[in-house]
Parts: sequence; structure tokens; C-alpha cells
Amino acid sequence: MQLMDILTPILWFALLGGVFGLLLAIAARVFAVKTDPRIPQMEEALPGANCGGCGYSGCSAYAEAIAKGEAEVNLCAVGGTPVAQRLAAVMGVEAGEIVPHRAVILCSAEKSEATMKYLYEGARDCVSATRLGAGERLCEKGCIGLGSCAAVCAFGAIKMKNGLAWVDPELCTGCGTCFKACPKHIIRMVPVKNNYVVSCSSTENGKLTRLACTKGCIGCRICEKKCEVGAITVTDNLASINYDLCTNCGACATACPRHIIVTVGKVELV
Amino acid sequence: MEIFALMLSAVLIENFIFSRFMGCCPFLGVSEKPSTAVGMGMAVVFVMTLSSALTWAIYYLILVPFHLEYLQTIAFILAIAALVQFIELFLRRFVPALYGALGIYLPLITTNCAVLGAALINIQQGYSFLESVIFGCSAGLGFTLAIVIFAGVRQKMTFCNPPRAFRGFPLTLIAAGLAAMAFSGFSGLSM
Repeated sequence: MQLMDILTPILWFALLGGVFGLLLAIAARVFAVKTDPRIPQMEEALPGANCGGCGYSGCSAYAEAIAKGEAEVNLCAVGGTPVAQRLAAVMGVEAGEIVPHRAVILCSAEKSEATMKYLYEGARDCVSATRLGAGERLCEKGCIGLGSCAAVCAFGAIKMKNGLAWVDPELCTGCGTCFKACPKHIIRMVPVKNNYVVSCSSTENGKLTRLACTKGCIGCRICEKKCEVGAITVTDNLASINYDLCTNCGACATACPRHIIVTVGKVELV
Repeated sequence: MEIFALMLSAVLIENFIFSRFMGCCPFLGVSEKPSTAVGMGMAVVFVMTLSSALTWAIYYLILVPFHLEYLQTIAFILAIAALVQFIELFLRRFVPALYGALGIYLPLITTNCAVLGAALINIQQGYSFLESVIFGCSAGLGFTLAIVIFAGVRQKMTFCNPPRAFRGFPLTLIAAGLAAMAFSGFSGLSM
């Protein structure tokens, strides 16, 4: 009888396990869902960072959208042209060229350099802060500094320093997630081949800009005159560079009396 | 009336999270947003109801006749794991909308101690088949209630600015403790 005491549970559990296993195997066969074989192939080709820069919730969602024909193959800014070409090969279509970009914060005033309207003590994210009288800075276009862009960056490329966001150009993949997250819209996607940015977004006149922060573009038009190819125009008291024309000569950066035209990624040194 | 008392007891008085302290892991892990909390709660209700029925059948049809009651825990774990797998396959094929809604929460439940706990309590209390199923369902509802309420609390907490030492998890645990204390008020209900 003692032998049976050991054998019965073993037999029953072997049977139970076997039956469950068999049922699951049958169920897997019967309930099999036909998936598009191209989707796993495309997932393989995508970077897998799930940054959401393409507008889909992640790489596999993007792959599904391409397979359904809802999305183009050239939306992955992180992978750039090589990934687009591989996706195009899977789908059997032509891949366009993707110009690689990187994000730049168009504000260069740290908190101590900006004039404050009030002291913000609310929820620690930029969207909430913006809703309260457009943020604590006097400058309407100043960095809020609570890091909503850094929070969405899947690559850890954005660092917060004394109330100012800074994008590490080495780590930035140009996915554009921060660009969409910034409630102030002061993040610009700049082509990687270009080196210079106007690191300010203030459209106020010179007097008000000076009042709001110790940096900031005052719209003096010196850069406009110095630029030999006519790539810089000043509209609404703010200089902006046309990257199709810019030749990276750097004349504007040397000429700028406010030192607001800077090399990408070097904002912190100015 | 007895069925009603059983349900009320499982949902409020003997709430799985706040008075039995089972299923605390998903309770803290998936309670950041009310929408995901509802998803998790629904998945738990679904699985608990079915697993209560299945484990009851296994216990009284297989384990009791062969005097294997001492192996109930491992038998239930096996049964629940297989059941969840089966449900997942079934849903993916026939109810893809529900499959998408439950998403990752369904496989997560396999290792949720609340589901196993419900199965074991059914046996301990000597519930009949119907009572077991009702107990499983209402225990799941109690879990959903707790996790949804707590998700609301946590959402409010993002708008406060506590001292650095309390930020994040410590404050969450304190809030969970307060919620459990509030629920202990229900123990005054005698059925």
C-alpha cells in the first residue's frame, strides 16, 4: 500500500500535466491566429527602442501599421535611411532618403539668468507649469525647466541643468518625441549636417527680451548682414537660420553681440 | 440572502487587498492610471471566476477521491497556469478586442497569489460549487474596487509636492496603508 501512496499522486499529476499540456497544444493549433509574416521581419529591422517618434506606440505597432498599409516606411528617424531601406525591402517598395536630424533646445537661459514672474510650486512637469500663466519665467518662450522633454526621451539624451534642458547631440537620435512633448514648442529638429542654431525663441522686442533674461535674441540684424549666403532672416525680433542655405561658416556666431548663435550641443559652454 | 452576504463579505469586509493582503504586487504595480487598473481588475475577475470553478472540480473530483488533498496547492498552481494560457489562446482567436484590452495583464495573473488564494479559501471554507464561483467572482470585484480606488488616489498624489524622502514609493505605501485602514471600517458590518 505504501508504494501506492507514492505512485497515485505521481500518476495523477503526470496525467493532469499531460492532459493540460495536450489541451494547450491542441488549443494553440486550433486557435492559431494568422499573423503577417512581414511584421516580425520588420520588427527585426526596427531599432526596438519604442521611442514613439514615428507616431505609433512602439516599434511593433509601427511594423503592424506598415503591414496594413497605413504608414510609410520612412517614419523611423532613429534608424534613418538604412532602416527605411530594410523596411522597404520587406514591403517591396522604394525607400526615400531620410535626412537625419537632432533636437536642439532653443533657449539658453538658465533659471538664474531669467527674470521670474512668480515662484511655481505645482506639479513637477512643464505642461502643468505652462497652464499657470505660461510658466514662472517672464519670457513667454523660455524653457520651463521641469524636464517634460527629458521624461519622454527614450535614449536619455536630454539633461536638465539649472532649470534648462540640454540635448546631448551624441545621444540624440532625432526621433522627435521631445519636440512633440514641449508645451513651449522651443525644441527644433536641426539637420545633423548643420552646426549653428539661434538658441533663443523670444519674439519680443529687444527691450522686453533684455528685461526677461540676460541672454536672448534682441533682433539687431547683425547676423542677417554678416551672413554671406543670406541664410539668416530676422522676423518678429528673432533671427532664424534657413538650413537649406546655411554653409556652416560660423560668421553669424562670431558676430552675434548676444552670443546667442551657438554650435549645437555647446549651449552649456556659452 | 446567504449568497448576497457571501458577495458583500468578499468585496468589502474580507477585501483581498485591504484585509487579506493578497495580490499586493499588481495592486502597487498597475495602479498608476485608472484605465490600466480597470483592465487589470477585469482580467482578475475573469480569471478568478473561471479558476474557482476549475480548481473546485479538480479538488472534489480528483484529489478527494484519491486522498491527495495535501497536494492541493501544487495542483491548483498547475491548473491556474494552464487555464490562463488556454484563455489567452482562446481570446486571441475569438475575442481579439478583449485580448487587446487585457493585454499583458492576463499572463501576469498566472502568478498572482490572489487567484490561488481564492481557490484555497474556497476549499478551506468548504464552499459548494456555486458558492465557490460566486466567491471567486466577488473576490475579483473586490480586487478591482481596491485597485481602481487606489489608482484614483495615486493620480491625485502626482499633484502634491511631498518632502523628498517620501516621494514615489514610500508615499504610495503610506497611502495604501491608509486605504486599508479605511476598509477595516467595513469589518463592523456583521452578516
